[in-house]
Amino acid sequence: MKKPDLATDFCGIRSPNPFWLASGPPTNSAYQVRRAFEAGWGGVVWKTLAHDPVVNVSARYGAVDYHGRKMMGLNNIELISDRSLEENLREITEIKQEFPDRAMIVSLMVESKKETWQDIVQRTEDAGCDGLELNFGCPHGMSERGMGAAVGQVPEYTEMITGWVTEVAKTPVLVKLTPNVADPRPIGQAARRAGAAGLSLINTINSIMGVDLETLHPMPHVGGRGSHGGYCGPAVKPIALNMLQQVAADPAIDLPISGIGGIESWQDAAEFLLLGATSVQVCTAAMHHGFRIVEPMISGLQMWMLEHEFESLSDVQGRVVPDVGGWGELDLAYKVVAEIDQDQCIHCGLCYIACEDGAHQSIHCAKIETDAFLAQHPNGAGAVHQSGGKNYLPGAGAGYVNLLTIDQTTCVGCNLCSLVCPVEDCISMVERDSGLPSMTWNEYQEKLGRGEVDPIAPPEHR
Amino acid sequence: MPKSKLSAEKLAQNFADLHPAYAPQEARIEAARCLYCWDAPCTRACPTGIDVPTFIRQILEKNSGGAAETILSENILGGSCARACPTEVLCEGACVDRTLEKAPVEIGRLQRFATDYAAKRKLQFFEPGPESGFTVVVVGSGPAGLACAHELRRLGHGVRVLEASDVPGGLNTTGISPYKISTEFALSEVEQASAIGFEIELNSPVTGADLRELLEQNDAVFLGVGLGQTAPLNIPGEDAAGVWEALDFIEQAHRMPLKECEVGTQVVVIGGGNTAVDVATEAVRLGADQTTIAYRRSREQMPAFAYEVELAVSDQIGFEWCVQPVEFVAEAGRLVAVRFRRQRLEGEGRAGTLVDAGGDDLVLPCDQAIKALGQLPRSDFLSSIDGLKIDGGRVVIDDKTRATSVAGLFAGGDCISRGGEIVDAVQDGKIAARGIDHTLRQKPKEPR
Repeated sequence: MKKPDLATDFCGIRSPNPFWLASGPPTNSAYQVRRAFEAGWGGVVWKTLAHDPVVNVSARYGAVDYHGRKMMGLNNIELISDRSLEENLREITEIKQEFPDRAMIVSLMVESKKETWQDIVQRTEDAGCDGLELNFGCPHGMSERGMGAAVGQVPEYTEMITGWVTEVAKTPVLVKLTPNVADPRPIGQAARRAGAAGLSLINTINSIMGVDLETLHPMPHVGGRGSHGGYCGPAVKPIALNMLQQVAADPAIDLPISGIGGIESWQDAAEFLLLGATSVQVCTAAMHHGFRIVEPMISGLQMWMLEHEFESLSDVQGRVVPDVGGWGELDLAYKVVAEIDQDQCIHCGLCYIACEDGAHQSIHCAKIETDAFLAQHPNGAGAVHQSGGKNYLPGAGAGYVNLLTIDQTTCVGCNLCSLVCPVEDCISMVERDSGLPSMTWNEYQEKLGRGEVDPIAPPEHR
Repeated sequence: MPKSKLSAEKLAQNFADLHPAYAPQEARIEAARCLYCWDAPCTRACPTGIDVPTFIRQILEKNSGGAAETILSENILGGSCARACPTEVLCEGACVDRTLEKAPVEIGRLQRFATDYAAKRKLQFFEPGPESGFTVVVVGSGPAGLACAHELRRLGHGVRVLEASDVPGGLNTTGISPYKISTEFALSEVEQASAIGFEIELNSPVTGADLRELLEQNDAVFLGVGLGQTAPLNIPGEDAAGVWEALDFIEQAHRMPLKECEVGTQVVVIGGGNTAVDVATEAVRLGADQTTIAYRRSREQMPAFAYEVELAVSDQIGFEWCVQPVEFVAEAGRLVAVRFRRQRLEGEGRAGTLVDAGGDDLVLPCDQAIKALGQLPRSDFLSSIDGLKIDGGRVVIDDKTRATSVAGLFAGGDCISRGGEIVDAVQDGKIAARGIDHTLRQKPKEPR
């Protein structure tokens, strides 16, 4: 089996695969980065450097669990590197020499003075890095001191500081965007104008993780007191994908993007690549599971590319960007309806109650006597179990089974039932001819204005 | 009969909980498996209609007290049911995860987790209703009587409970193997239930004549008297020393330290129901060297639930199928063997008839034989009640109210079913209490 090549070229920064570790706790030291490279990571963005190390607090992290699964979302109030600049730079040199084929990008954040920025840029490049990432994104702590997101939320500041950096930098400069803005594009455009070679996004999202209901402390807390922190992990992925696509589709930006935000599997990575990322960066998943997770990510991405006959990442990168646009460009004539595979149905009733209370009252629930049900659905009989000489059917109770069927005449095709159904492939959404000519909302508005079409009748509701 | 030869330590190990209690995180992991079905099959399959998905969600949300309230509001003996219900054929038998994951949510253990939480803290969720001025006598403090008394108090009626035995709780206390329900737990549950405000008068058996008097002096009477002795086989040697009845055998483990319990070296259990399995596993756990269940029909026709049979198999109990006991062989008045005639089934399933298969008789040497053949109705007592309709040993009742043919007399539990589960008895008691309430509130209050 010839596996697809995952070699990545990000505005001249080369790495054997697109999996980079994002700037953060896992890229704090040579010890960690060596372990990461040994595990197979294609590159790292070294934890943010400054001239003077910061002082950190404890505790630093908080998490959202979901019904027993840990760390759906993570937040942190940890600041940038708390180790000396000299020590960091020495280690960067050492690791780059040890692993010359890996991408070594260094994240930087200093006070907003030209000389200060230009000094650290030169010293970092002298250490032998392949590129720089300007941290204009951290929403906590540093932003109160006029750095991080305080810069990245204002296009003018972003442009000014990026300009100072590109004036002296010899390696590609990436600007890391914050999601804590209404629209990331003006910031990306500013970075572009100032000569950035690429962007990375998203940084973490401003958040409070919760309140401990025993102690009534905010979470995480430092001696009972909390502060807003940066939210990341699987829960933020959809937000990141949206911002990624917005920035990738903007012709006024047109820069390679390193995608970040909740990536923990090859599927996540593939989606980021398809929506416009050239490389991807991972942090929370490595904090959760260790550097070893890169192995299934590489293998999964390659197997998927093989299946789809994608030979290299360029076949994947940005492929889906043009398929996303405004709501007004969606076809009003397109119609899907739900269909339940009765042989798969386990009669949990979740689709029914979701549709009944949360959607469009288009699922019928008929009580069928258990024996009659088994006679009609011989496949259901496979689930029957025997005890004490009697038969029992899971999903039956009080002598009946709830038979759930879709009323396709009123189903609006919203997907909700198929999303709540716990059985894979039990509820599918199937295309139906709506009888309408293909027409977007925008076209509809125009035609309505010209009197060429009648208003579309509202759907029937119970 | 020798006493158990096992050490107290080994006995404690053998009689430890069959299904150990969950630690809090274990409970939440299991609770997270629940799909939270709508019109949930588990709830429908529960005779008392416990809102299972709701109480499981409450466990998931770390609200064990709320979960217990959800359970106990439908079933005041929710703790006992969590331990002894045949969940395989009730809630867990209906669980859709049986299909999806090939393993149901362990509803029984989750129910135990919640009810244990409340029991340990002695949480009282229920208040007596506004006093109605009516008085009801409950005869029998088993599951049906307790549930009826509790529900009557919630509805505001005065309640007296009369119990023939010297311990309260009926079969719940002394009739279920202690590794399922311990005596201490059963008694604590009685205490929790009666805390709503009723007394249980022990050592107070009731005759037909007493019952007439009780009906005259009170507004209603609930009959929850259960069943009587084990059916006799009427074969030679039945009075030999070493021939036991199942309930006596189970009861001893509730009445005395396990070390004092009597058990044979070679034990033969006659019967094929859940009680037979209970008795056999208890014999093994008390230290019998060899235990055999002998049943007159085939394995497929055993009324014992599948998981009970599995338990017996894992306890290395032997089985003899299609054998009919014909003699308890005794020497000097002591049992030495049971003789069986081999049987053959003519016809299909349970409707088929057994005929002698011929050949040599099976002789099982043993020093203890335990009859687990089901209990007989209390026919003498029931027939002494004027006007009480009985059919096949069952007190005839109205399905909706549990009213009997005698005005003011209601009934529930084993005396109407000839042997059901605790959960069925609880539901009977609950329905009867509501039936009594409905009837009383319709009649004009007479000054007494």
